[in-house]
Amino acid sequence: MKYDVILAGVGGQGVLSVAACIAAGALKAGLKVRQSEVHGMAQRGGAVQAHLRLADRPISSDLVPRGSADMVLGMDPLESLRFLSYLSPGGVLVTATEPFDNIPDYPPAAELLEAIRRLPRHRLVDAGAIAREAGSARAANMVLVGAAAAFLPLERAHLEKAIAEMFAGKGQEVVAVNLKAFAAGQDGRP
Amino acid sequence: MRDLVLLGDEALALGAMHAGLSAAYGYPGTPSTEIIEFLQRQQGTGGQETSFIASWCANEKTAYEAAVGASLAGRRALVTMKHVGLNVAADPFINSALLDIHGGLVLAVADDPGMHSSQNEQDSRFFADYARVPCFEPRNQEEAYAMTLEAFEVSERFHLPVMVRLTTRLAHSRAVVRVGEAKPPRPLDKSANPTGWILLPNLARRNWERLLKAQESLRQYSEGSPYNALTLSPSDRELGVITTGLGCNYYEENLEELASNRGHPSHLHIGVYPVPAAKVRALAAHVRRVLVIEEGYPLVERQLRGLLATPVAVEGKENGAIPASGELTPDNVRPALGLPERPGLAYSGPALPGRPPQLCAGCPHRDTFEALNLALTGYERKLVTSDIGCYTLGFLPPHQAIETCLCMGASVGMARGAAEAGLHPVVATIGDSTFLHSGMTGLVDAVASRANLTLIIMDNSTTAMTGTQPTILPSARFPELIRGLGVDPAHIRVINPLKRHTEENARILLEEIEHRGPSVVIALRECIQTLKKKSRLEATE
Repeated sequence: MKYDVILAGVGGQGVLSVAACIAAGALKAGLKVRQSEVHGMAQRGGAVQAHLRLADRPISSDLVPRGSADMVLGMDPLESLRFLSYLSPGGVLVTATEPFDNIPDYPPAAELLEAIRRLPRHRLVDAGAIAREAGSARAANMVLVGAAAAFLPLERAHLEKAIAEMFAGKGQEVVAVNLKAFAAGQDGRP
Repeated sequence: MRDLVLLGDEALALGAMHAGLSAAYGYPGTPSTEIIEFLQRQQGTGGQETSFIASWCANEKTAYEAAVGASLAGRRALVTMKHVGLNVAADPFINSALLDIHGGLVLAVADDPGMHSSQNEQDSRFFADYARVPCFEPRNQEEAYAMTLEAFEVSERFHLPVMVRLTTRLAHSRAVVRVGEAKPPRPLDKSANPTGWILLPNLARRNWERLLKAQESLRQYSEGSPYNALTLSPSDRELGVITTGLGCNYYEENLEELASNRGHPSHLHIGVYPVPAAKVRALAAHVRRVLVIEEGYPLVERQLRGLLATPVAVEGKENGAIPASGELTPDNVRPALGLPERPGLAYSGPALPGRPPQLCAGCPHRDTFEALNLALTGYERKLVTSDIGCYTLGFLPPHQAIETCLCMGASVGMARGAAEAGLHPVVATIGDSTFLHSGMTGLVDAVASRANLTLIIMDNSTTAMTGTQPTILPSARFPELIRGLGVDPAHIRVINPLKRHTEENARILLEEIEHRGPSVVIALRECIQTLKKKSRLEATE
């Protein structure tokens, strides 16, 4: 078994936390994990991507090969579509629908969502709205983890435990909000 | 033994810690920064194995020199930097190969093929080769840990500095690492060799002979190392593959498919240098064609090609079989292995514009650039030089305020030369940390030559681009420092770069631009990122 994920978004959206959370869940499930990040300049409002590889056998490359990702998981529709060439023909694209529009030539969001709807397997999540409903706009990234959970080869309990540990240092209230966001992301409804 | 999830940088740091580290020195630089940051988090957390020093320095050269001093005192020392930082530290690095290294001295240098956050993709293995010292090139986090432990042993065994070379993908990838126990730090034990640390020409000649003689022992070590693993395929006399570093991972990623097409080729992986020549010859004697897959410049490939024609065909970056620029990927090694491109999903929809990094909302540099642009309106033969840091983004819209970025500190030296060549006004822009790194010396030149330039120190009180490491001097010390360098106190001005002060700041800049001779304007306002971090901390307290 192997499961490759490309994570995409914009600096500050919590993309690396999404990767860290799924990676921690996979380790709890006893899987091998490799997680590659981009630091540095990309953090300044630029595009951020991470490669996350889960398998039950040793993994050689930190990078996911093109055409073989099982999932592209994005915090922004434009950034998600940027990595379509990595997605395998049977792979799924899961993305937040709200555009992060900090560039002058951001395409019309409706056209991007239309392009996503034409894909054989996709899931669109209004992560921002769901997170605000759950109690904090900052938990949008955990909504996305919830939306991805149905496809990942992991039990939800493993992910819940990873989330609880990840936010434990910030107090029980923050843990509760993020767990709520995760659960709401699974339902896909605010 | 414990299992830990670590970045490549962190695994290297922990390897150093477990080798009995006494001191780590470095200058921040992506992708090497997390090595010192990890050590600083571990510092003083318990036991003598966390009693080490982990310190940011003014620049890579001073960091390297501090580590050499620790080695002389018998302590194990680590020095960290990014690849271009080694250009700055090249003087002590190359020369230290002629010293009688005492306490283990390990240089961890992180290269950035693909230039994710660098101005070039130079390959530090060439520096190790140039200095004639051993180099380890880990291919995963486990090796980053284990090789660093071994690098300290090798350094003390051969009395040489040893390089551990990382690249971005390893430095910034996480995986599980099985780690052992920490060794105790070395006791204070000053080197007893009176001629081992003085490179007077007559002694240096002797030490150079010693270094040349040591090459044979180094080659024997490298031939015998399990990190240089040769597997000859009995059934395949056609293709031999040599991999180094991450090249091996991308080769293995494709190996199943390759083997099902044509069987397993013979394979030599090189993890420690000098290149194990006997193993290379054994491989070459076994096959008709050798493909070299290495991350970086074609170092092994060039050594293989040599000067004379051989019956073995060599393929790699020099003949275009592997791309000569950018980092290796599991995909771009496929054509050289005779494997087809793997199709991904096709995209149809509106064009997807790039999303370059930009200065943060509320960043003080934005307001400094606006004031500068206002001050320079109407000048025709102007030049604004700049430097390495967040403010290099001032080249891009909306500011388009700067025109140059060469290397750390170059804004000041270039401004002096351009001013003396006849351009006016000439304004240099540099950050506080970069000024301390290597802008100060350029300013001394400008003062000595009374160069007609204005230097703006964009002082946000941090090394922001690499993740807000503290600048080694507080902002309050800058005016006296600059006075001490000889700038006329009447032409050292401090401005507060806020939007509402733009016109006043532009007026002050204009006054200094019109002053004949060197002037310095310190644009002082805290980085918005460190400010946010502080207020978040206060809120949780």
